[in-house]
Amino acid sequence: MTAPPDDCLARNEWICGAYLTSRRGVLRDAVLQHLQLTSAALALAVVIALPLALAARRWRGLAGPVLGLTTVLYTVPSLAMFSLLLPVYGLSASLVVAGLVLYSLTLLVRNLLAGLRAVPEEIRQAARGMGYGPLRLLLAVELPLALPSAMAGLRIAAVSAVSLVTLGAIVGYGGLGNLIYAGMNTFFKAQVLTATVLCVLLAVVADLLLLALQRLLTPWARGAPP
Amino acid sequence: MTVLGAAWSWLTTAAHWAGEDGIGHRLVEHLHLTAVCLALSCALALPVALVLGHLGRGGALAVTVSGAGRAVPTFAVLVLLLLTPLGGYGQWPTVVALVLFAIPPVLANAYAGIRGVDREVVQAARGLGMTARQIVVRVEVPLALPLILTGVRIAAVQLVATATIAALVGGGGLGRIITAGFRLADTAQVVAGAVLVALFALLVEGVFEAARGLAPRRAGPGPAGRRAGGGPG
Repeated sequence: MTAPPDDCLARNEWICGAYLTSRRGVLRDAVLQHLQLTSAALALAVVIALPLALAARRWRGLAGPVLGLTTVLYTVPSLAMFSLLLPVYGLSASLVVAGLVLYSLTLLVRNLLAGLRAVPEEIRQAARGMGYGPLRLLLAVELPLALPSAMAGLRIAAVSAVSLVTLGAIVGYGGLGNLIYAGMNTFFKAQVLTATVLCVLLAVVADLLLLALQRLLTPWARGAPP
Repeated sequence: MTVLGAAWSWLTTAAHWAGEDGIGHRLVEHLHLTAVCLALSCALALPVALVLGHLGRGGALAVTVSGAGRAVPTFAVLVLLLLTPLGGYGQWPTVVALVLFAIPPVLANAYAGIRGVDREVVQAARGLGMTARQIVVRVEVPLALPLILTGVRIAAVQLVATATIAALVGGGGLGRIITAGFRLADTAQVVAGAVLVALFALLVEGVFEAARGLAPRRAGPGPAGRRAGGGPG
C-alpha cells in the first residue's frame, strides 16, 4: 500500500500547479468549447441583428416593436432563458448558443441602429451626388461610419457572452462552466478557481481583440477617443 | 404547445404552491433576497458615488468596476464564495455575491448622474452660500435622480437574475423550481419555473418604469442614452 501523495491536489489548495499539468487536456477542451459556443453565438447574432437594424431604420414604425422586444428578451434572467429554450432544443449546445444570441441581439440592434442614424445627412447626399446606389451607399459609407458604435455593442455582447456561457453547465455545455459546476459538487477548489480565472481572461482577451479589430477597420478614427 | 400546456397545468396544480418547496414560499424567498441585497448595495454604493461624483474623482474606478462586473461570471463567484469559509454560513455567500454584482450599476450610474449635473448650477448653489452637503443633497442628487434610479433599476433586475442562479449553488428562491425540474428531467417544471422567473424580472422592471413616470420631472432627461454597467445576469 502506498501513502496518498501529499501534494496541493491532495490538500485541496486554491492555487495548484499540479492541477494545471495533470488536467491540461480537460482545461484545453473546456476553453475550446467555451470559445466555440461564444463565437458561434456572436456570429449568428451579428447576422440576425444587421437585417433587423436595417429594417428598423427603413420602416420607422418597426423600430419601436423591435427595440421593445429585444429589451424584454434582455430582461429575462439568463437561467430562465436557457430553461425556456429547453423544450425547443433539449439538452444541447444549440440551446446555449440560442440563449446567447437572444441576449446579444439587444446590444447589437440598439448600437447598429444608433450608429446608422448618426450618419450625417450631408454625407449621404454627398455620396448620392457622387452616383452611389443604395447598396453601395450602405456598404461603403453608412456601415463603415456606424462601425464604432456597432463594435462598442459587440464588445459588450462578447464579454457578457463569455461570462454567460458558464451557465450552460446546467445542460452540460458550459465550457469552463462545466468545470466550475463539477468543482462545486466535489469541493475541488483549484478547479473552480482556475476555470474562473481562465473565463475572466477569455473575456478580457475577447474585448481587446475586438478593440484591435475596430482600430484595424476604422483607420480614419485612429487617434480619436474610442 | 404540449410543453406549454404541461407547464400551465404544473403551475395551476394547487399542491405545487404549498409547503417549503412550493411556489409561494420560493416567491417570498426570491423577493426577500432581492430586496435585502438591493438595499445593501444601495447603502454601500450610493454614498461612494455621491462623494466621488461631487469631488469629480474616481471616474476610472466607476468604469473599471462596471466592466469587471460584466466580465466575471456570476455563477463562478457564487461557487467560489461557497468554497471559502464563508460557505458555512447559510445564505451569506449568496448575499455577498449578489451585492457584489449589484454595486457596479448603482455606482456607475449614480456617478455619471452627479457628474452630469451642469457645473454652472453647482457654481450658482455655491454662490448662494450652500455648503458642500447642501449642494449634494439639494442640488446634485435631485438633478441626478433619473440616472440614479436607472442604476437602481438595472441592479434590481440583475439581482432577480442572480438570485435565480444562486439556486444552482443551493440557495433558495424561484430558481430552485428550475434546478429541481432539471434534476427530475421534468421539462414542464423547468419551463414553469422559468416563466415565473421571467415574469418576476419583467414585473420588477415594470415597477421601476412606473415609478419613473411618477417622479417629478423638474430635471432634464439627463445624458441621453448614458446607462452603464447593465448586463444580462
